[in-house]
Amino acid sequence: MNSLWPELEHLLGRVQKPARYIGCEDGIKVSEHAPHKVAWLLTYPDTYEIGLPNQGLQILYEILNERDDAVAERSYAPWTDLEAEMRTARLPLFSVDNHLPAAAFDVLAFNLSAELVYTNVLNLIDLAGVPVRAADRGETDLLVAAGGHCTYNPEPLADFVDFFVIGDGEEVVSDITDVLREWKATPRSSGARVGMLRDLAKVPGVYVPAMYEVSYDGEHIAEIAPRYPDIPERVAKRTVADLAEWPYPKNQLVPLTEVVHDRLNVEVFRGCTRGCRFCQAGMITRPVRERPSEQVRTMVQNGLQRTGYDEVALTSLSTADFSGIGEVVAGTVNDPMNCGQVSVSLPSLRVDAFTVGVAAQLQKARRTGLTFAPEAGTWRMRQVINKLIAEEDLYRAVESAFSQGWRRMKLYFLTGLPSETDIDTLGIAELSKNCVEIGKRYNKTASVTLSVGGFVPKPFTPFQWFGQNTEAELSRKIYMLRDEVKKSRGVQMKWHDPKATLAEGIASRGDRRIGRVIEAVWRRGGTFQEWSEHFSYDLWVECMAEAGLSIDWYVYRHRREDEILPWSHISAGLHHEFLWQEWQDALAEVGLPDCRWTPCYDCGACTGYGIEHIVASATPPAGGSQGTGQDLSRGGAVPVELLGRKPVGAAP
Amino acid sequence: MNPPHHPKIRVRYAKYGKVRFTSHRDMARVWERNLRKIGFPVAYSEGFSPRPKLSFGLALPTGAESDGEYFDITADPDWDTADLDELPMQLNAVVPSGISVQAVAILPPGSESLQSVVTSSTWAIELFDIEPVQAMAWVSRVLDAEELVVTRERKGKPVTDDLRPEIRSLEATEFAFGGPGLVAELSTVGRALRPSELLMVIEPHLHGGLIRRRQQWISVDGARSEPLAVGAAVDHRTPVGVR
Repeated sequence: MNSLWPELEHLLGRVQKPARYIGCEDGIKVSEHAPHKVAWLLTYPDTYEIGLPNQGLQILYEILNERDDAVAERSYAPWTDLEAEMRTARLPLFSVDNHLPAAAFDVLAFNLSAELVYTNVLNLIDLAGVPVRAADRGETDLLVAAGGHCTYNPEPLADFVDFFVIGDGEEVVSDITDVLREWKATPRSSGARVGMLRDLAKVPGVYVPAMYEVSYDGEHIAEIAPRYPDIPERVAKRTVADLAEWPYPKNQLVPLTEVVHDRLNVEVFRGCTRGCRFCQAGMITRPVRERPSEQVRTMVQNGLQRTGYDEVALTSLSTADFSGIGEVVAGTVNDPMNCGQVSVSLPSLRVDAFTVGVAAQLQKARRTGLTFAPEAGTWRMRQVINKLIAEEDLYRAVESAFSQGWRRMKLYFLTGLPSETDIDTLGIAELSKNCVEIGKRYNKTASVTLSVGGFVPKPFTPFQWFGQNTEAELSRKIYMLRDEVKKSRGVQMKWHDPKATLAEGIASRGDRRIGRVIEAVWRRGGTFQEWSEHFSYDLWVECMAEAGLSIDWYVYRHRREDEILPWSHISAGLHHEFLWQEWQDALAEVGLPDCRWTPCYDCGACTGYGIEHIVASATPPAGGSQGTGQDLSRGGAVPVELLGRKPVGAAP
Repeated sequence: MNPPHHPKIRVRYAKYGKVRFTSHRDMARVWERNLRKIGFPVAYSEGFSPRPKLSFGLALPTGAESDGEYFDITADPDWDTADLDELPMQLNAVVPSGISVQAVAILPPGSESLQSVVTSSTWAIELFDIEPVQAMAWVSRVLDAEELVVTRERKGKPVTDDLRPEIRSLEATEFAFGGPGLVAELSTVGRALRPSELLMVIEPHLHGGLIRRRQQWISVDGARSEPLAVGAAVDHRTPVGVR
């Protein structure tokens, strides 16, 4: 098929930021299209600036293009100005690599990282020129696929997506390609597509919603059952056992225009067993699989040289926990090849491991931004969520940073957590104020940016049974906190719109019936819902009402233990009993230690897969309480006998 | 003791094809990264947030091509000036498709910045669906005008100017592909004039096709020269996207 570039070129002179549509990234490696090859259009359903850095998408892009029987290109959501031009000029969704129309591909595969992009997914399917509902697609239509963290509850998009991938994509993407290659080699006769989907449904980690029937008992789900005997009752996530075998991306794409996270990114480990109970990523990506630190150093050094970046981020869910953190940071900063010009940034940093030593290394080149995430304002609340960071640890980390020359930092908190009282909410203001006061000892202009998000309960977390705070309650808490924060100089507060938090809540734990709502919001123009200038609260509320669905029931209601949740036919490897016990322990304010360094409590993630944590160091990193809760000297009144688990510290 | 001497190098490059949609700011970052890729010892600024010392000429409008763009590099004192000849080849091996380095030269000490010496640019502007007679009529009207007073936005504020003095020359022409077009030399000093603003003066709803900067000029006492002519150190790789 021919490139759409000549037509597109005329439109680009009339739109904002045209560079995001040209491709031309350093690192592009697209294999030749051929009739026998399965052609994937890997799509991020938000703007290029947000989507280009996505590591998952880049990893699959490389793996597929390395195969002899596959080719992969990328696309992103065109901004509303270009979309309008494209629709007028009747131009379909295109790839940015070769500017080919979507119809030149076999699979339109989405990365789903956030719920509010769902309406964009529908819009892009439509722009690709395929019927939005999977049931309306014909034998020759594109297949629509989706992967990423949101697919652990695939149901809100079940009507629109032909198949979902649950878990790590590195291996399963090849298994899927094998099935699709066979399908391409056979004539597209009637029934071939259904047959192929049935074959896909048998690939471990692949969920084909059309192969499952959902029945209801009033509002509740009565059963989710496979339609055919050869279809598995439960789809279990895929897990790559050893990250060392997957040193991807090998050629990280370097865009010509500025994007978020515009730097080299090297994943140092996958999975996290800190056990924060609100955190879906930490629950679904277990066990911990570290990359060997020599491999990290090689990837960092080769990556810097190949890309010309002067900043590298060591990514993971909690980078300070990486066994080789000290040597990798020092090695990179002090490598003579880098001439003292390369800075290292550590996103998702736990405060308890941020020491003066780390701070001193980090600030040798440019100082990158620092974000700490205590998540909750009081020790009680942090026990409930199992983020066992002592107040002194936060202050020590903050002091380390200010003493090494940082003048401002960002603190991230959640509000609307289970059992949260106003004392807990206002504790956020108190912590922030104290951090600024520490900073003022080193610099008169010290300041803290406080970022507050409303909590959305997620599938496969202990809080999946918790009724989300109402929009009114979240607003009340946020404004109360804002008024308190105003009293202290040097603290700026930003917050996530509680109305958007509600919309996320609808999609987060919604079932198949929510698909009608997503479709209605999209049909009324509700795209780019992640963007405050486009988000429409009224649209979501109206569309819920018109579909006859209750926000109270879907979002604000506490679930019972025996309720069949919409994702009960999906498995993240976690035992139901483990999650329920954790929910009980949360309400009892009992913490749980990190199983990397303490005995296994059998959550299911390792035992069910016959794999183990891969951690280079048998001991937790030094400094602070390390959030392991192992420092039992902190609390005297620990209810040791309660629930037969190893409980940890009460209030210090 | 004298402070160490930092050699300054001027680079001339062409920009064609898809990359024409990158902005001036994007290109600055592209050069920073690519100089690091080839290990060129760029001098860094002092201070809280050190930046590589690169200084760029007049911004090329996003979407325009160019036969000649320029930037100046301040090198570390220990850079060996004998390596200059290698520089175009080294850069051309790593820059995005559509960019090609055409010439490099060491600047004499005390040279002024590109921003302050360039006085005008010559532009080629494609016109869509316009009869050549129409284009010629527009040219006569503009050239015959005593003044061309227009209100335009500058730094976010509406400013009313006479643009006629900024138009140094203007002619209608036919481009290689047979379409009509304009060639204009527009001033870059003082208020300066962009090609899109010229089109606005001619006809408020006129959309140009491809715009290409052909030359940038330094005028001194009536003599015109380019900041760096395409000369000995030219890379002969065929530029991509040349029409």
